[in-house]
Amino acid sequence: MTHADQSPSTTRRSVLIDAARIAGGALLVTALPGSGSATPAAMLGAMKKVMGEAPLRKGKVKLELPPLIENGNSVTMVVSVESPMTAEDYVKAIHVFNEKNPQPNVISAHIGPRAGRAAMTARIRLADSQKVIAVAEMSDGSFWSDETEVIVTLAACLEVL
Amino acid sequence: MARALINVPPKAKRGEVIEIKTLISHEIESGFRPDSVGKLVPRDIITLFVATYNGQEIFRADLHPAIAANPFISFFTVATESGKIEFKWTGDNGFSQTETAAITVE
Repeated sequence: MTHADQSPSTTRRSVLIDAARIAGGALLVTALPGSGSATPAAMLGAMKKVMGEAPLRKGKVKLELPPLIENGNSVTMVVSVESPMTAEDYVKAIHVFNEKNPQPNVISAHIGPRAGRAAMTARIRLADSQKVIAVAEMSDGSFWSDETEVIVTLAACLEVL
Repeated sequence: MARALINVPPKAKRGEVIEIKTLISHEIESGFRPDSVGKLVPRDIITLFVATYNGQEIFRADLHPAIAANPFISFFTVATESGKIEFKWTGDNGFSQTETAAITVE
């Protein structure tokens, strides 16, 4: 069999990967009954809701989170965006998304040229080691982003009262 | 009334960019946490935070359960005129609180 006659949906490798995904998903569901979890796909869905079909470019945004988090219940997050913040060129909003909390949205902050500086700080919860993405929505309709991988040793949301 | 802490510089020069820091005491119960018998504790969070400067909106944030308890939020604005900066938190179960801070601009 040559490489050319393999259709991508039926290769041995893709079948195995799909099977592993289904098994993994089923395991997750049985392990955590009743507690949904955002997935990278859910995060992309939430991002699409904000951005529509606009392309996401890297740069201009700086997302600061500690790389190693001992307690995911309260993590200081700083997001800053390079922008002159004039009436013609400013940041309209800063959105933050995550991959593995129960829900993909973290915060959406709406600002404007009046802010003077496009930056904000908030304390957030992180349920697991994961990727966090900050997206800046510019006045010209473009979207810029920065992402950080964080390691969380004590997760939020899961402790029993 | 939940306790709120607000840090606005009392005096600023006209056109100066100032940082405003806010903190309000609130559980922010995510709705994803089980209690001792395994039942999920119902969600009780703050969903919206708005700051207005002499009536003009300067900062608005939609908040989700991923916000830590006792939400701390800081942001920037340009000091344009003397007056009042108002902060309003709105949330589940009819939660609503408003605080104001005065600023003198020279």
